[in-house]
Amino acid sequence: MSLNIIVLAKQVPDTRNVGKDAMKADGTINRAALPAIFNPEDLNALEQALRLKDANPGSTITLLTMGLPRASEIIREAMYRGADTGIVLTDRVLGGADTLATSYSLAQAVKKFGKYDIILGGRQAIDGDTAQVGPQIAEKLGLPQVTYAEEILDLKDGKVTVKRRLENGVETVVAPLPCVVTVNGSAAECRPRNAQRVQKYKYAVSPSEKEKLSDEMKAIIDARPYLNLQEWSAAYVNADPEQIGLPGSPTKVKAIENVVFTAKESLTLDNNDEAIELLVKELIANHTIG
Amino acid sequence: MTDNNNIIVYCEYEDGKVADVSLELLTKGRVLADKLGVKLEALVIGDKLDKIENSLYPYGVDVVYKVEDKRLYPYTSNPHSAILINLFREIKPQICLMGATCIGRDLGPRVSSCLHSGLTADCTALEIGDHTDPKTGKEYKDLLYQIRPAFGGNIVATIVNPECRPQMATVREGVMKKEIKDSAYKGVAVKLDAKKYVKPEDFVVEIIDRHIEKSKVNIKNSPIIIAGGYGVGSKEGFDMLFELANTLGGEVGASRAAVDAGFVEHDRQIGQTGVTVRPKLYIACGISGQIQHIAGMQESSIIISINNDPNAPINTIADYVITGNVEDIVPKLIKYYKKNSK
Repeated sequence: MSLNIIVLAKQVPDTRNVGKDAMKADGTINRAALPAIFNPEDLNALEQALRLKDANPGSTITLLTMGLPRASEIIREAMYRGADTGIVLTDRVLGGADTLATSYSLAQAVKKFGKYDIILGGRQAIDGDTAQVGPQIAEKLGLPQVTYAEEILDLKDGKVTVKRRLENGVETVVAPLPCVVTVNGSAAECRPRNAQRVQKYKYAVSPSEKEKLSDEMKAIIDARPYLNLQEWSAAYVNADPEQIGLPGSPTKVKAIENVVFTAKESLTLDNNDEAIELLVKELIANHTIG
Repeated sequence: MTDNNNIIVYCEYEDGKVADVSLELLTKGRVLADKLGVKLEALVIGDKLDKIENSLYPYGVDVVYKVEDKRLYPYTSNPHSAILINLFREIKPQICLMGATCIGRDLGPRVSSCLHSGLTADCTALEIGDHTDPKTGKEYKDLLYQIRPAFGGNIVATIVNPECRPQMATVREGVMKKEIKDSAYKGVAVKLDAKKYVKPEDFVVEIIDRHIEKSKVNIKNSPIIIAGGYGVGSKEGFDMLFELANTLGGEVGASRAAVDAGFVEHDRQIGQTGVTVRPKLYIACGISGQIQHIAGMQESSIIISINNDPNAPINTIADYVITGNVEDIVPKLIKYYKKNSK
């Protein structure tokens, strides 16, 4: 059975490696100083999608992402690893969205997409760590959700069997298709790029990227439908302006502060046996240990 | 029987007990309810709830809603969401709190999406305060300030939901403190008919297998924590930390970097995406001190930092700093403890 699989992914600033120059003096973030990466758990989700495709030849994987036009970078990355195509949902009016407005926008895009069997995505994105968008999209589409998925064990007869990794154990659940599955970081790592696919898809571009190319390149891309990624606007997915971007976000950021920890007066010990023994004796004497 | 505008805590229920994180939230909820002059309510959904309300009243709970049905345990997303959605439409709470657990983070977004209420994940502080909309100038009294780290813990944001109710927030276990308000406190229990809130078609996802084991690791309540970072270098490197922990009667914790590198299991992770700890003694071994780690251990009474790098950020919050290799210094700590502890 061939499947129509949607993988939700996000291009995120690499918050795990925030260097000194990434914070401005006023405590705000210098986004330009952070590399934009494929959200790690979305790669775990992509791998689960690729395994479904391996097991069900003829399946298609479409990467759906919302963000800036440059988010087409992660679509190409996904295609190098085995995805078929992708859509960037991008529009100025979508900016400033909280998780609810984001979920609404993505759910509208999924409706526009039409027929699908399963939606996969990472459990959460590292720039917000909320884990909200997956379940909210499921709710907006009226679909069941399976969160914290570690492995898709089986998919047949309109049902998917999923192993979930919870904080204190594992659970195996069966959900009817279509449904939304969010994949945990503990799931299998995504396979690497395939060199042949890199050659084939490196010129895959979105319409706004194609615009900037020479006429000659445009002609080459036009002749190859698989090199044409899609770019959708809020209007194209029939998004209600009241429910997107800042106006559609029930949560508002009241204040943002840089994190400052109160420094203590530290005692620096010499790294020798006497000093360490003295410290241990002190900790024993004041009943911290022993 | 019911009135509106109160604070409600969704209580997780496993093994005949309400989860610690829910009790921590009830403790916080009581403080917020007093500030607002409203009632504190608890919602427990499951099977065989018996006299569960008696274990909740001491936290200052005024109303315990109980929904009992054998299909409601173990937790599944749609049925529990349906109960919250339908109940909230009826009792219109102004605030709803839940644990930032696998359950709370599955349930919260589904409910907030349906009610269009706005939800803030993983709050580290909750306060009541006023808000003026910077654009319209409209003033709002007594909103819930949902304070949470953002951007990998590099900033702290205060979030408000001016217009939508309930204001929903999740909080991780250990972030708030659990405290009995009054062991004689009495509230009322309200039994709700599950059939009124959940439709048969909500039971769409079937659990076919479940292995829940109590975490063997209990770093949250350990008075002594030996924590290792990426600087420990390997899984084998952690053996020494386990030895020190065993010698001192403590537990081993780790930074996210060490967990991500596979040196130790995830339930030992300390910090914003792990556990928050407040031990008597915290020995940080090879931990540089990313903000998200420090946020989860800064309230430790005594902090010792062992690091090669004399400028490791964690040193600024440490009481004692030893500059050197973990593998040289940890054995000495073990040796001199054994020698002097008799």
